[in-house]
Amino acid sequence: MASETVETPKEPPPRAAASGGRRGAWYPRWYWPSFTIPGLIWLVVFFVLPFYVVLSVAFGTVDPLFRLPIPVYQPWWWSFDTFTDTVGRFYEGNRIYLDPLLRTLVYVAVASFICLVLGYAVAYYTARHAGKWRGLVLILLISPLWISYLMRVYAWQSLLQPDGYINDALGIFGIAPITWLAGNPVTVILGLVYGYIPFMILPLFGFLDRIPQSVLEAGRDLGASPYRTFRRITLPMSKPGILAGLVIMSLPMFGDYYTNDLLGTERTSMYGNLVDLAVGTAGQGPEAGALVLILIGLVLVPMLYYLRATRRASEGAA
Amino acid sequence: MSEATLSRPAAVPQTSASTRSSWFGNPWGKPRFLKVVTWGYIVWSLTPVLIAIAFSFNAGRSRSTWQGFSMRWWYQDPFDSLWTNPALRQAMFQTFRLSILTVLVAVPLGTAFAIGIDRWRGRPANSSNFLMLFSFVMPEIILGVSLLLLFTSLLENFVNLGTTAQVLGLVTFQLSYPVIIVRARLLSIGPEFEEAAMDLGATPTQALRKVLLPMLGPAILASVALVFADSVDNFVTVRYLSAQAPTEPLSVKIYSAARSSPTPAVNAAATVMLIATLSAIAIAWVFYKRVSGNRGEDAGASVTFGEL
Repeated sequence: MASETVETPKEPPPRAAASGGRRGAWYPRWYWPSFTIPGLIWLVVFFVLPFYVVLSVAFGTVDPLFRLPIPVYQPWWWSFDTFTDTVGRFYEGNRIYLDPLLRTLVYVAVASFICLVLGYAVAYYTARHAGKWRGLVLILLISPLWISYLMRVYAWQSLLQPDGYINDALGIFGIAPITWLAGNPVTVILGLVYGYIPFMILPLFGFLDRIPQSVLEAGRDLGASPYRTFRRITLPMSKPGILAGLVIMSLPMFGDYYTNDLLGTERTSMYGNLVDLAVGTAGQGPEAGALVLILIGLVLVPMLYYLRATRRASEGAA
Repeated sequence: MSEATLSRPAAVPQTSASTRSSWFGNPWGKPRFLKVVTWGYIVWSLTPVLIAIAFSFNAGRSRSTWQGFSMRWWYQDPFDSLWTNPALRQAMFQTFRLSILTVLVAVPLGTAFAIGIDRWRGRPANSSNFLMLFSFVMPEIILGVSLLLLFTSLLENFVNLGTTAQVLGLVTFQLSYPVIIVRARLLSIGPEFEEAAMDLGATPTQALRKVLLPMLGPAILASVALVFADSVDNFVTVRYLSAQAPTEPLSVKIYSAARSSPTPAVNAAATVMLIATLSAIAIAWVFYKRVSGNRGEDAGASVTFGEL
């Protein structure tokens, strides 16, 4: 696979001509590619090759004695039994598999919706109205990204203990203590919102911030009502930010198992928990591989969408 | 604060309807409602962390009931504090070891990669860039599990689980940050400076070393901070690729402890991680401002400091 990528430079580079072609005269042909090759080899060995191994493990067998997965590297000897078994479990009425998948879809949808509504309000205020506080607000909005995700979930886990501050505060209003951590979907969804909302706010802010004030004023001058100005100008112009935020925020949620491990029980387990459980169980290597393949299938479309959108945006900027 | 903060996300859609008239009626006026939401959100997002930090100074064993101030869980307790507990201390050093090694490999590799694809152009460069971006958006659990399967099967005799595997995994996961940041900076620099240097007689390598690299300084510095901070906070990859307890860094210890019976020493461990990441970012920010003057508006800064 590496040799294939090294050979391809023989094709004429289409963009070089467009940028004047002067640079070609200055540098030896191999000069710039030699900068990229080490990183490219790294990605091929540690990013592309692992996926082939996942396929080989998922379509391989298990050592009957030591329960270790035996990968099969030759595609013509692949056996699809484990994979079809694993896929089958999702619709053969085995709730242990189906429920986490459905839960993940519901949790991600609800958490994304809350993040979008709350994040839009926060990003809108910061981009348009924060005034002299803007710098400080931005730093405070970004800072959660630099605090370990586990610490933030752990902090909530402490607050939501039966004797924690949340129940103390509820007690002031005469509300009986709530068992937040005994498999309560509300807790897990709020944990996801809390954990991933910075990823929603920042792209939204980026796009809202770029809308020129003059465009909004033009809309108002031409007689649009404030609501119509928002619906016809602000909303469409921030749409790329909404989509980018939704994708970049929901992708890690699909593989999240630690939020539920800290804030929920198996009653609220998600798809990530299935994967993590299979990885941690001896003899389930092929199943872990199959579950990872299914997950890749789930997230591939949003991932490609995001890559296409960012590529278009960077080409537009250049 | 706590019950108000908890209900905040759910409350937003309802209240926004009631204040719609005032906000939409004058979008250039002062939107009090949005102001309350924003500051409320900030309080909600940071207060739990501040409380967790405060509890690292708790005198008792609880992480949810305050029992007085002490440094017990930082270093005074003879067996269970962050400093005296061998497992926690080892984890702390493992965190820093992994992060520094990752920076040392990922930043040069990513910087060279970015320079290469920026100047090389053409389809292979575009495909390389696409592959790199693909690794950027891939959910971490997929990368972690597939690397675990790689290191335990195909590369079984070459890479042992533990520090080596963890650094290899972290570098793979972090490689895209320096590439994105350095590339954004390269786009704003353009080729003119090197061309000028070479008109004046510099060889390509001299032009690169004496002109381009110094100009990339702020972006490289930003990458160092970002990769370091993100490696300290990393959990999924390092957990799957750790061998046994001695190679587990602080993040994994927090996870394991949180699922059994954590003491405030866990809060202290989390606070150390927070200090490490925030000071790396703050130091980089100060230098960045100094090096790049006040023109800090280029894409590298906004990428680093979060606006991706």
